[in-house]
Amino acid sequence: MARTTSISPAAPAPEAGELVATGRGRYHVLTRYDRRVLAVMVGIPLLLEVVLIWWPVVSSIYLSLTNWDGVGDVTPQNFVGLKNYQFLLSGGYFQFWPAVAHNFIWLAWLTFLATPLGIFFAVLLDRDMRGTRIYQSVFYLPVVLSLVVVGFIWELQFSPTDGFINNAFGLVKSGNIIDWLGNPRINLFAVLVAASWRHVGYMMVIYLAGLKSVDPTLREAAKVDGANEVQIFFRVVFPVMAPINTVIVVLTTIESLRAFDLAFIINQGKNGLELLSILITNNSISESTRVGFGSAIAVILLVISLGPIIAFLSQAMRTVRS
Amino acid sequence: MGKSPEEELPRRPSGRISVPHTGMDLPLDLDLTRRDILKIAGYGSLAAFIAACGGTTTTTTTSVTATGGKMSLGSYLSDAVPKKALADVVTAFQSANGGTKVTLNTVDHGTFQNQITSYLQGTPEDVFTWFSGHRMRFFASKGLATPIDDVWNAVKSNYTEGFANSVKGDDGHVYAVPTSYYPWAVFYRKDVFAQHNYTVPTNWDDFKALCTKMKTDGLIPIAFADKDGWPAMGTFDILNLRLNGYDFHVALCTGQAKWTDSKVTAVFKKWAEITPYYSPAFAGLTWQQAADQLVRKQAGMYLLGLFVSQEFLAAGSQADLAQLDFFPFPHVGSQYDAEEALDAPIDVFMMTKKSPTLSSDSGQAKAFMEYLAKGSVQTQYFAEGTGAIPTANDADQSKYDPLTLKAAQIVSKAKKITQFFDRDSRPDFAGPNGMQQFLLKYLASPSSDTTGLQGQMQSFWDSLGPE
Repeated sequence: MARTTSISPAAPAPEAGELVATGRGRYHVLTRYDRRVLAVMVGIPLLLEVVLIWWPVVSSIYLSLTNWDGVGDVTPQNFVGLKNYQFLLSGGYFQFWPAVAHNFIWLAWLTFLATPLGIFFAVLLDRDMRGTRIYQSVFYLPVVLSLVVVGFIWELQFSPTDGFINNAFGLVKSGNIIDWLGNPRINLFAVLVAASWRHVGYMMVIYLAGLKSVDPTLREAAKVDGANEVQIFFRVVFPVMAPINTVIVVLTTIESLRAFDLAFIINQGKNGLELLSILITNNSISESTRVGFGSAIAVILLVISLGPIIAFLSQAMRTVRS
Repeated sequence: MGKSPEEELPRRPSGRISVPHTGMDLPLDLDLTRRDILKIAGYGSLAAFIAACGGTTTTTTTSVTATGGKMSLGSYLSDAVPKKALADVVTAFQSANGGTKVTLNTVDHGTFQNQITSYLQGTPEDVFTWFSGHRMRFFASKGLATPIDDVWNAVKSNYTEGFANSVKGDDGHVYAVPTSYYPWAVFYRKDVFAQHNYTVPTNWDDFKALCTKMKTDGLIPIAFADKDGWPAMGTFDILNLRLNGYDFHVALCTGQAKWTDSKVTAVFKKWAEITPYYSPAFAGLTWQQAADQLVRKQAGMYLLGLFVSQEFLAAGSQADLAQLDFFPFPHVGSQYDAEEALDAPIDVFMMTKKSPTLSSDSGQAKAFMEYLAKGSVQTQYFAEGTGAIPTANDADQSKYDPLTLKAAQIVSKAKKITQFFDRDSRPDFAGPNGMQQFLLKYLASPSSDTTGLQGQMQSFWDSLGPE
């Protein structure tokens, strides 16, 4: 919007962009109509933001200071101060730190294995090989499925006695059953394989879209200069893709912080599959109704999430400015 | 409701007492004090089923029932067999009650349980399916259930005193109509036992010897599955009852006893003696998968509730079901063996408080509750094989299948009856991130020292807020 406006005396029907005199001798840049439109356009999103985001956040923080059990009103007797946090951070709640660790293992796995694999597939499929459309569809198919369905599919693969994997390798017959879902040392990785199955396709499609938009003359110029394929990708294509790379990093982080569905489907997130989101659910939404305590975990997850959110926003704003 | 008559009794004389359902006379040498009875009453136990079934009270029909109209029913009976059974009962009720239109809302069992608190505070149906024990009293004391003393007055002559106690809230009012119960016991296939010449073990050594023998015969001695988290509590309960007795179970569930107690250590020690005989990879199996091992003759025994018969119907055939039999958990050589205690959870129907339609439907809802208290209705319901026993006195036993009849007998022989760990204790302790997780942790290495684990259990208990 143009910021330069000419100061003119108040006219009977002021044009947009002109200063308008108000009753007390002040001037406004906007007409009354403009102001109404603006109020509606800012007000409705603001209202939604307050009702759907800020109100839950503030009430979570508020409830996290209580031991409210979800029934009736919060009374002054419910206030316990920072006791919930103290109990969590001191390790008194034996599942808290394992859950934090599992969320970070989730993040590391997606960042260093699943996302690079998706990028690799995208680069391969970008090379106009035969049947590229079929491969794209095949890899993208799991993304179309909801995580609940993905969970059921992989439960059938991993189930110790009836599952595909143990039977295909003859482990059931030979009596060397691997407990993919019940052994707390390995079940997180079994779930991560399932999560990656979906995540790889997701990353592939996003990266592929980005690759299509890279100017082909850049590659040709690099080729003329004698660069090989690896050099072209890392020195030319990858830097050009910076905005997409940011999106990929943010999506990967969000996916690992909000990880919930698969572990919950498999065993309600216990016995090696504890995740922060599941601890929140099991404490505050389940029959146990420790709403105050669950809110404290939610606030901690919020604080952890703020890091990547701020990183993403500052990156996004920098891109807009440039 | 004031003091109930049994509270006034200082002592009950010991003697013989006849047990409804079975038509048997049982020697009764229980020395129950008023305190004991209060404890039982407060605990929602079926134990008084034996102790106090002599007392029949006069029936007063004061319930305000209504015909026609409509009502709504929220049900967690989402498995195929019980779902159909309830739908049939509802259909029968509609025609019996002048065409009352019943809206039946069936929700997935686990989801229903998880959302119960918000469900009852939101816009629930008029009547809902639930459990007795602590779980019933909790919502009653929070004012989320409607007391139904008038319904109870109309139907109580059809119930034994034990059931009467099991549906009382902390305030003495009645909050539920019990419709079924089922015992936990060791299930086996008669044909497998006959084929290998196994005999039913009655003591711990025979039990373990049988396990060893089954193993050499290529069977999984004890089917076990704990992906769901709750089945392991059944084994914990029965070992705790055998080794430490009913009173300790009560004390542990209510927080009067400590988890660091050496009695708990003893339970874990004893348990470790049979875990080597469990199904491989049990932490990744559902109870249905373990039941299938029993159906397919891969496993020899399975400690579970009577509802295991559902899986025999679903996965096997009627012929498989005919082979299903069970025996009470063996004695372990402690002074508490004589209690013959077992878990026998009672399922109930309750009335909500916040249902928006309750003011207009209350008469129909009460009529439905009274209908459910009829023996004929309950036998029709269980004729479909839902793996539970009717609760009404006038339920026609000749219609029971042999398994149900035997189940009713084993419960009537028990001198102490508990609900189940997650019905007797507070839900925030018994849930997936509490007791379920602790037992899974224990089962990952049963033979290692449990001191650290028991310390964690106690500090978790101590961290829970007031209820």
